[in-house]
Amino acid sequence: MINSEKNRLKDKAFQYFGLGCTILGLLVLAVFLGDIIMKGIGRIDWDFLTSFPSMRAKKAGILSAWVGTLWMLGLTAFISIPIGIGAGIYFEEYAKKSRLANLLEINLANLAGVPSIIYGLLGLEIFVRSMGMGTSLLAGACTLALLILPIIIVSTREALRAVPNSIRQASYGMGANTWQTIWHQVLPASMGGILTGIILSLSRAIGETAPLIVTGALAYVAFVPSGPMDQYTVMPMQIFNWISRPQQDFQVNAAAGIIILLCITFLLNGIAVFLRNRWQKKVKW
Amino acid sequence: MKKLILSALALTTLFACGGGSTNDATSANDSTATSLSGSIQIDGSSTVFPISEAVAEEFRAVQPDVKVPTGQSGTGGGFKKFIRSEIDICDASRPIKKGEAHECDSLNIKYVELEVAKDGLAIVVSKENTWLKDITVAELKMLWESAAQGKITKWNQVRKTWPNEPIKLFGAGTASGTFDYFTEAINGKQGDCRGDYTASEDDNVLVQGVSTDKNALAFFGLAYYEASKDKLNLVAVDNGAGAILPTTETVMNGTYAPLARPLFIYVNGNAAKRAEVVTFTNFYLDKASALAQEVGYIALTPEKITEQKTKFEAFLKELK
Repeated sequence: MINSEKNRLKDKAFQYFGLGCTILGLLVLAVFLGDIIMKGIGRIDWDFLTSFPSMRAKKAGILSAWVGTLWMLGLTAFISIPIGIGAGIYFEEYAKKSRLANLLEINLANLAGVPSIIYGLLGLEIFVRSMGMGTSLLAGACTLALLILPIIIVSTREALRAVPNSIRQASYGMGANTWQTIWHQVLPASMGGILTGIILSLSRAIGETAPLIVTGALAYVAFVPSGPMDQYTVMPMQIFNWISRPQQDFQVNAAAGIIILLCITFLLNGIAVFLRNRWQKKVKW
Repeated sequence: MKKLILSALALTTLFACGGGSTNDATSANDSTATSLSGSIQIDGSSTVFPISEAVAEEFRAVQPDVKVPTGQSGTGGGFKKFIRSEIDICDASRPIKKGEAHECDSLNIKYVELEVAKDGLAIVVSKENTWLKDITVAELKMLWESAAQGKITKWNQVRKTWPNEPIKLFGAGTASGTFDYFTEAINGKQGDCRGDYTASEDDNVLVQGVSTDKNALAFFGLAYYEASKDKLNLVAVDNGAGAILPTTETVMNGTYAPLARPLFIYVNGNAAKRAEVVTFTNFYLDKASALAQEVGYIALTPEKITEQKTKFEAFLKELK
């Protein structure tokens, strides 16, 4: 066999291997989605979205859970976004090659790899007990904010790094200082990437259960939280609670809950894609 | 002003309840007539959780301004919070342990233990299993004790007449109160158990596993058997007085031994000084029987409920 023919064969084989991998992944997702949707779609109606949980599966709803999840997301975003972007800017634009920056960077990389349950324990000690927030939304949101901060910081840095240095040089050339350069040139140019990172990390926060169990998310809540100091439940907790019930009707409820949770996640991801495309169109070099 | 009204309310309710068991009906009526507010924190056993959730839901219809957020961190987790006074009522699927009781004493936390329902642990096999109809407690021990690990692997090792087939076991994970209870009742020591079985905290996984394998045996709460009757066979348990199937009757009168267990709530003494907690606890005892049945447990007899109410009243008197 000639060498080039051999190479072509290898190339083809790898192509099919890659295709197989892709199809396998999609197939598993499709089977999972199909199963859940078949089980749960019939259960979703207005009452399901506007009722509190109940011992009677047919009457039970997900109101306190989805409102809790939205509260949680809002608070988490409010806390983590300014801190995350600020830290990212510091690393990328100000702190170049100092010892402190090196130390911080190593810590950041480590933080990104810490399992979420550990953040839960940290949150329990610091926010719930020491700072006296109790088992409130705020304590949970602070914990989740810590959890996703490393992701936001890393994606912010990536986005800032993608801005060509010539832009900065040009800005300096016009007499702008570092802050003016960042605010008027670098940030607008990298906003698409930063936003994508934020929304993807929030999509992760939405499905987290472990740290919230530890910091006190409850299983049965028959009121809608009205402020950050209120107690709460979130959708993954409610779904888990239903899944572990013996009665078949609760399994259907769980499937319906999963569909709603997936919808919220898809919606968030959709917004991420939309925003990225918009920002990318705006920025022209 | 608000505080004054609240404490007045608390006093009247306390008096109403302290009046003896004869006027139970009136005290219940009184307390539903006055409208209360506040919040009652419940946490603890995930086995008791469905009952507490049901009671909290019904209570909301009577006292809409009282919030009753309920968690399910497990009996052990619940008691940890109970000891820190973070919760008012602790759900428990086993009695309080000595260590936990000691910690309460040293922190001067008074509490009362009230039984609210009974649960039977079912021993089940797949519908396809034709030969395992009954089992003795000694045979269960032989199957599950830690000494059996890696040694007892074929069914005919346990009883000669059973086939030479591999044993597959399914059971609750080590973190659950069900595991604690089962190992103590069968193996004689809490936590003593072989490790080579399929463990899950999610009983539906166990149901799924045991129903598809004709050589498998599992234990879990009776409610899970009831929900999957068509896939499973119940195994009668022989504790020396003949093989007995778990039914409402045998669990309640205690003949289904040793796998019938009581379910409790523990009420914190400081919390019991608040009117809404007193009203809620009385409401809990009133409704426990009907609601326990509805969520799959076995109700206490009316006499037993009256006994618990008297116990609670005595506890309230002692507090004053």
